[in-house]
Amino acid sequence: MSNPSFDRIQTEITENPVMLYMKGNAMFPQCGFSARVVQILTHMGVPFKTANVLEDAGLRDGIKSFSNWPTIPQLYVKGEFVGGCDIITEMFQSGELTTLLAEKGIPHEVTA
Amino acid sequence: MAMAASEIEALIKTALPDARITIEDLAGDGDHYAAAVVSETFRGKSRVQQHQIVFAALRGRMGGELHALALQTSAPD
Repeated sequence: MSNPSFDRIQTEITENPVMLYMKGNAMFPQCGFSARVVQILTHMGVPFKTANVLEDAGLRDGIKSFSNWPTIPQLYVKGEFVGGCDIITEMFQSGELTTLLAEKGIPHEVTA
Repeated sequence: MAMAASEIEALIKTALPDARITIEDLAGDGDHYAAAVVSETFRGKSRVQQHQIVFAALRGRMGGELHALALQTSAPD
């Protein structure tokens, strides 16, 4: 746990119920995979915070070690790693994401 | 930068000998793949754990020379 970005990450995922590590920001995603997760969260009306890994090389490497996950984006809900783009997309399509958000008490619009 | 589909398949097979693997070259550029992996190893594991097993099998190539591998994992029915 000597990675200097780990403290920052731990604080962010603790303080923000839905925290997305991505390339770019919610307004201007700089990668299609990051854009897709933003689109899903926005569509579901979920309030979320983002961190742009392109602005911080330490964070970009740090989040990969922290989660033991080699790619960006990465979504954390209530401090727990939920997955990257493929998993979020699959969970959205199957309805599991709605269930997870409800279980964790995250506000979201209920969609059919 | 690019990686052959056969190389991806071989790496996964080495780690998960029972795996049924379907790989699709999405853009025809050897850099954007979709892979479906079915293995008994995945049973009872979360999606995150299943994907981590595949990433480990790819020995650090994921996120590096392999930019885009859309992954679907499951245990056999």
